[in-house]
Amino acid sequence: MREEIIVRVGAKILAPFIITFALYVHFHGDYSPGGGFQAGVILAAAFALLALVYGLDEVQRVLPPRFVRGCAALGVLIFAGAGVATMALGHGYLAYNAFAYDPAHPEGGQHYGILLVELGVLVTVFGVMVSVFYLFAGRGRREDPQ
Amino acid sequence: MLLTLLAATAFGLVRVRNLFAVVMLAGVYSLLSAGLFTVMDAVDVAFTEAAVGAGISTVLFLGALALCGTRESKPVHTPILPLFVVCLTGIALVYGTMDMPPFGDASNPVHHHVADHYLEESEHEIGIPNVVTSVLASYRGYDTMGETTVVFAAAVGVMILLARGRRRTREDAPGEGSASPPTGGRSTRETPR
Amino acid sequence: MIPVAANPLAQSLAAQLQIAQNLVSHYNYWVVIVLMMVGFHILIARGNLIRKIVGLNVFQTSVFMLYISLGKISGGTPPILAGGVGHGETDAHGAAEGAHQAAEVLYSNPLPHVLILTAIVVGIATTSVGLALAVRIREAYGTIEEEEINAIEAEAGA
Repeated sequence: MREEIIVRVGAKILAPFIITFALYVHFHGDYSPGGGFQAGVILAAAFALLALVYGLDEVQRVLPPRFVRGCAALGVLIFAGAGVATMALGHGYLAYNAFAYDPAHPEGGQHYGILLVELGVLVTVFGVMVSVFYLFAGRGRREDPQ
Repeated sequence: MLLTLLAATAFGLVRVRNLFAVVMLAGVYSLLSAGLFTVMDAVDVAFTEAAVGAGISTVLFLGALALCGTRESKPVHTPILPLFVVCLTGIALVYGTMDMPPFGDASNPVHHHVADHYLEESEHEIGIPNVVTSVLASYRGYDTMGETTVVFAAAVGVMILLARGRRRTREDAPGEGSASPPTGGRSTRETPR
Repeated sequence: MIPVAANPLAQSLAAQLQIAQNLVSHYNYWVVIVLMMVGFHILIARGNLIRKIVGLNVFQTSVFMLYISLGKISGGTPPILAGGVGHGETDAHGAAEGAHQAAEVLYSNPLPHVLILTAIVVGIATTSVGLALAVRIREAYGTIEEEEINAIEAEAGA
């Protein structure tokens, strides 16, 4: 597929939009369907598309396997860390009211809390999906020439 | 009607012999079920199902197929016994649904425990319109954290299973850290065998 | 409603109507069961490991559908509050009294949606573990057919 110019150009044009869409899905998840899970999957799909069209090596140069593996762990850390942060601010674990800047409206903090943990979910899901994809695809290619 | 289409696809899954076609049908099946979720008001779920089921999952299945081959041998056993077991289980389950409340009735018990609270109070307590998100991330934050951890654990499992071959000869790959960008990754990929 | 209760004929008619409605209303559950059984059949009748995983996925999706069916309310809308954002209460009819709002706009139950949303992602993660296992089995045995693996195992044991 690497010689197909339409596919190559198409993928190149599409990928930024898919990535932007993923971010939109994440940050607009409070108001419309969407959230960290979907955004992570869509983001991973963008890179899977690029890898399918341009080959694994090209994508791994941008996004080294080590980095995505780190992402997978980092996301869980963000999520759990959000809980610890609320505890440090004197509230319960994962009680986002702690993040409120205006004490009169404690629910204001929920917004940031939700965005934060959803970011954790996004990073984890993205890291997991891409690294799993790398593993399957990388293994396949290694065996092809044999 | 979507349901019927879905059932048809599912039967196709049983009949088709080529695994490649099976995987593609599974993608179609996922997409159809995403449509069904939309019809049943679960837009978030539909979104996820469309992205996961029809997108990533198909790619992963294809990746696995590339490794395992698309050939499927003919079943050796007659399918009578499994069919019998399946029918029996199905009848038992249908008998079970007789006690279920009617579909779509707002007075069903499932709607009157915590769901009311979520719908009514979410606006004050959380302050965002998408109740699914507020339940997901706030009311049931522990749940979601556990599930994120499960996803992570699954990835670790896949890494343990699949990254191993790469390190079969330990001396030439001191930790997989050497799989760092272009040259390292390429060299380790060629070493084992 | 009250005159219906008074009239026995109308009452029995209503009861019959209820039964018919039950049949229609359970159609959803039954299709879910059919799908579940199709997945189950693939799972137990086929020897190919990848096919088994596909069957497991079909099974899983049918369970998702059952949950979502439970959450659906006829005439409801997706559980995204129509009143707008937060504590502003911009809409006059909005959440001045939160208890009444759910009655004004009928929302489907968000709880199953949340459960299934996460379950889907967890499902794909576990599916990938299954596929990874299949790949490893293929590398170890050279096949992913259950019967052939059993034969190889029997030979090795004998």
